[in-house]
Amino acid sequence: MSKQRTAILARYWQLLTRPAAIAMGLILSAGFFAGIIFWGGFNTGLEMTNREEFCIGCHEMRDNVYQELKETIHYANRSGVRATCPDCHVPKEWTYKIIRKIKASQEVWGKITGVIDTREKFLEHRGEMAAREWARMKANDSRECRNCHNFDSMDFSEQGRRGMAQHEEALASGEKTCIDCHKGIAHRLPDMANVEGWQ
Amino acid sequence: MKTLTLAFTLVVAAASMVGAPAALSDIGGLESLRGLKPLDSTNNAPEMAKYQHDEAPVKRNYVQQPPVIPHAIRGYQVDLRGNKCLSCHSWDNYKEAGATKVSLTHFETRDGHALAEISPRRYFCLQCHVPQAVANPPVANRYQSTSDLNKH
Repeated sequence: MSKQRTAILARYWQLLTRPAAIAMGLILSAGFFAGIIFWGGFNTGLEMTNREEFCIGCHEMRDNVYQELKETIHYANRSGVRATCPDCHVPKEWTYKIIRKIKASQEVWGKITGVIDTREKFLEHRGEMAAREWARMKANDSRECRNCHNFDSMDFSEQGRRGMAQHEEALASGEKTCIDCHKGIAHRLPDMANVEGWQ
Repeated sequence: MKTLTLAFTLVVAAASMVGAPAALSDIGGLESLRGLKPLDSTNNAPEMAKYQHDEAPVKRNYVQQPPVIPHAIRGYQVDLRGNKCLSCHSWDNYKEAGATKVSLTHFETRDGHALAEISPRRYFCLQCHVPQAVANPPVANRYQSTSDLNKH
């Protein structure tokens, strides 16, 4: 009896330590394909949340910030190139994108608890929300602006005299970054009373 | 008699129905600002004037004329929350921005009391200062400034 049991255990042990080649291959290939499916599914899901339709699926975004964007040059212009929400608000690079997406879970919580679910509440919170985006852009040297607006490709001779002077000095030296001067270019501004460079 | 009245009414009604569109579209050869177009047709919209994007400051035409804006101001927010103009033209910022500073008169109340900030009655820049476009005025203008009159 005990001999028989030892034999079963030994066989089982052998199965675990030296699996048949076919089983090994099966596990590996199943894992490989499952990996593709899960990783692909994760990325597809992530990209799904990176579309403008997703952003304006909530009335908070659709009725406030999106309506304001429509009036600006980032929505309508002579050449028809336009920026969508994620172009400015979600980093393109994977690492930064994931960090931003994790931080965005706070926004999901905000949606559930209805922090800005009326126009009045939205206006009340606009200052802190804008300040958060300004701080983010200031810290990363306006990375999302630079996805399209490449400093090296700026032709100063095509710019206005006023803009050229600022870009040649402050921007080129790195003293200032895009967001320092270009606030409120895609949405209306909050109370600017204590913002640097205003009034 | 009754038949005659009925017939007459019908004829008048028919005639007015036929005549109505003609009468509506007849403008009697009168050319208004919308051109020689019948009232019931749409005239061609005039070409939209393009704002000057980036020019040097424009000379004033008379004393106390609010200087005009020689640059584009698309998307400039001027309201209760912020004033984009002042981020270059205020006394704090004009030097760095290389802009014309707001006139001292803008710090006075209507009773002549000086304030530390821009007076609320002068806060909305675009009430007096306007951007410029090259546009052909539909009506000729024979305006002469006082300095021009002095030359005669």
